[in-house]
Amino acid sequence: MAENKNVRYLNPIAIDTKSERYCRFREKGFKYIDYKDPDFLLMLINEQGKILPRRLTGTSLKYQRRVGKAIKKARHLALLPYLADQLH
Amino acid sequence: MTRNRYETVFIITPVLSDEQTKDVIKKYKELLKDKGAKLTHEENWGMRKLAYPIQKKSTGFYYLMEFDADPAAILPLETEFRRDERVIRFLTTRMDKFHVEYAEGRRDREADRREKPKQTPAGTETKA
Repeated sequence: MAENKNVRYLNPIAIDTKSERYCRFREKGFKYIDYKDPDFLLMLINEQGKILPRRLTGTSLKYQRRVGKAIKKARHLALLPYLADQLH
Repeated sequence: MTRNRYETVFIITPVLSDEQTKDVIKKYKELLKDKGAKLTHEENWGMRKLAYPIQKKSTGFYYLMEFDADPAAILPLETEFRRDERVIRFLTTRMDKFHVEYAEGRRDREADRREKPKQTPAGTETKA
């Protein structure tokens, strides 16, 4: 038991610290989320083309609504698929 | 009448020949001019692969038009889009001030990108 005390992990185990706590749009001061460049929007949807929820991306409600609108417009214009099997 | 800034992206079917696509674009530009709209910016994205097939076609010719018009001019434009079978999809959005700011910024970025490639080939020629 004594050895366990000085067992130190080289780097802390990141179990659930992966989920970002800050809203990247507010941090960078985004004013407008463009529906025309799909490469940017790809970061906000999962492999099946679904919009990522706020608890994973950590975005604030205000920007999540804009992201949702932009993604739906991009889908309408066939820049993003409605459903896909392996996207990224 | 308050004039708003609008942005329309539309997709033309790929089966048309070049000058047919050109006169589709010309037709809508003239229609906007008759309605008293002022075209501020145009972008030709050309033939792009669609994320899902529309009317059994997997590619489409994208064209973007940014213009400043009265709200009354939008309905006839959209009915014309619906009536025209060469245009398979269109989306008109009103631009708020952030969108306008973004669009101008995007235009300068596009302009720089266009200048940059021109310089590199010139550089290589002098060397060879």
